[in-house]
Amino acid sequence: MNARDGLQLAMYTGALMALTPWLGGHILRAANGERHLLSRFLLPVERLIYRTAGVAPDEEMRWTQYALSVVWFNGMGLVLLLVLQMLQEYLPLNPQGLPSPSWHLALNTAVSFATNTNWQAYSGEATMSYLTQSLGFTVQNFLSAATGVAVLLALTRGLVRRSTRTLGNFWADLVRTTLHLFLPLSVLLAVVLVSQGVVQNLSPSAEATTLEHAHQVIPLGPAASQIAIKQLGTNGGGFFGTNSAHPFENPTPLSNFLEMLAILLIPSALCSTYGHMVGSRRQGWAIWTVMMLLFLAGLGLALWAEHQPNPALGGLPNLEGKETRFGIANSVLWATATTGASNGSVNAMHDSFSPLGGLVPLVNILLGEVVFGGVGAGLYGMLMFVVLTVFMAGLLVGRTPEYLGKKVEAREVRLAMIAVLAPCAIVLVSAAAAAVVPAGTGSLNNAGPHGLSEILYAFASMTNNNGSAFGGLHAATPFYDLVGALCMLLGRFAVIVPVLALAGGMASKKVSPASTGTLRTDGGLFMILLVGVVIIVGALTFLPVLTLGPVIEHLLMLQGRVF
Amino acid sequence: MKTIVTALRLLLVLTLLTGVIYPLMVTGIAKTCFAKQAEGSLIRCQGVIIGSELIAQSFTNEACFWPRPSSADFATVPSGASNQGPTNRDLKRAIGERAARYRDAQVPADLLLASGSGLDPHISPEAARFQMSRVTRARRLTPGQQRRLESLVEQSIEPPQLGILGEPRVNVLKLNLALDSL
Repeated sequence: MNARDGLQLAMYTGALMALTPWLGGHILRAANGERHLLSRFLLPVERLIYRTAGVAPDEEMRWTQYALSVVWFNGMGLVLLLVLQMLQEYLPLNPQGLPSPSWHLALNTAVSFATNTNWQAYSGEATMSYLTQSLGFTVQNFLSAATGVAVLLALTRGLVRRSTRTLGNFWADLVRTTLHLFLPLSVLLAVVLVSQGVVQNLSPSAEATTLEHAHQVIPLGPAASQIAIKQLGTNGGGFFGTNSAHPFENPTPLSNFLEMLAILLIPSALCSTYGHMVGSRRQGWAIWTVMMLLFLAGLGLALWAEHQPNPALGGLPNLEGKETRFGIANSVLWATATTGASNGSVNAMHDSFSPLGGLVPLVNILLGEVVFGGVGAGLYGMLMFVVLTVFMAGLLVGRTPEYLGKKVEAREVRLAMIAVLAPCAIVLVSAAAAAVVPAGTGSLNNAGPHGLSEILYAFASMTNNNGSAFGGLHAATPFYDLVGALCMLLGRFAVIVPVLALAGGMASKKVSPASTGTLRTDGGLFMILLVGVVIIVGALTFLPVLTLGPVIEHLLMLQGRVF
Repeated sequence: MKTIVTALRLLLVLTLLTGVIYPLMVTGIAKTCFAKQAEGSLIRCQGVIIGSELIAQSFTNEACFWPRPSSADFATVPSGASNQGPTNRDLKRAIGERAARYRDAQVPADLLLASGSGLDPHISPEAARFQMSRVTRARRLTPGQQRRLESLVEQSIEPPQLGILGEPRVNVLKLNLALDSL
């Protein structure tokens, strides 16, 4: 690592920190329907949307109705996307004449985009038409992201409101987040990306004759508009097969910097929004600090590991699967950000990272993507850990645990445990199954311990709605498509529903004033406890399997072994 | 039932907004402001498209600079990476084969290891300098031309963007196109 690497990392974290309070404030105003810079243009659009869709934005919902609306809305989006793919060959805007994908791939992909996972068992340029990518994937990129933010807003209202049963209106949260947050930022980012060389057109592929007189097809399409939201909405589904390693998806170091910033921008800003909403900005910054500490710890380990030469490959540096323009530092920074968040886009191939360099993205995902995490999803996931931390601290001193002045009781702890442990259980069970059935092991691209890492990464990524992969795994099989689809659905909604249930319960509680015995949740002691709980839950659950995968591979690599 | 109807209506309205209006708006702005980039940064020679400056193409001629290895053999539809791990036997063998092609002990690592996209248009400055002797031999350059080649390679090094971001690099297609001016 040289000085310029350090400077780039400092610029990245600096920009993230600087933009967090500003954007956090904007999200707050947008969520409350207050005026902001663009509201003169956007408020009329918002009213038009409500009128056309027949939405009463001020109608309050209880948690059950909120959850039902989330499920119906996402379910219908899923079906629409499935139909769109199955009819692709009959629909327009398909200049390459691509056939419809197989039903199991279409189902997997529909679930994947509707759950904000964006796991891709296909290569976009060879499989999906411009219509499918724009009308299907781009739309779900917006809506699944807005759903995540909406659920966070509902949870926060549940924590703040007193003696009520309602959490806000899902439709209004969805529309406001889409219109006032994701749309303006996406237009801005998309245009800047085009200036760097990201393609944006509806033209058929260009046909070139290379200098050595070979025929080269140059794939084109409406890429920038999809890439902007895939980064901002922690979606991650690439327009092209190699995602943001592809020069048309991420052509320059500047486009790379902005795409990386877009990954963590909104998850980070939501911490600030949260602080505003609970009436204590320190609460928001406390959680932000915990996330940043976990982020930097992972980043440091991965950077160190990737900068070590590989003795098994003759002492070469780790450049396999990395692009020249990004180099090692930017590849590692991206990998850490995209897995800390539930983004899952890649600018280098995680499968080819060194064992410990690949361990960090894997662990980030396994921790439940609470290191900033998915838009909304990261913070509501972290708040489940907060509930557990408060509970454990309460046990230690023998007092009824409280958070934000409200008592945390058996029901809350039970729901938080479900939200935290359900994804863990799904990952372990599905990965274990895949590791012993031929349909699972038949898809491997690497032998030895790395093969186990490939399987574990796949199910961790799908269940936690990340979408990145140890991409060598051949995932377009009925087994991975169908089991994976189930994992993605359960991983998404087995967290969202308990979160909303917890929010509903908390909303009805009274607030009791803080006393000397109250554990402050905005101080250093609490932050240390929270980091500890996140790491202990992850370690207890996953250390054995991580030892069999990346850790053993690292030791064998040091001996120069190959498989 | 009311929830279902509302969900469907809202889905359709938002689909129109984010799936039709938004991409068309971006396309419109892109074509107005950045027409060349929006269409793939294509390079034309006498009206014929010879490639994109962002997309690598295969060079096997000894008289040209070679790009990084592409595990998909420079396929564009679909693009692809090897996804071979750090302890992969096949990767070790591939590295040996690639090194043999250069007939040299000290080949820069980026010429031995495949890129992520399989279409990386760049090589490192070291990799460009390293290939100069081969290009010189194959083209039978005079000492004067050789000096011009050296300065051409140095000029074609793109520094980190804004002085900070990314790595210094050389665009292989653009460098090879410039070779004709020697």
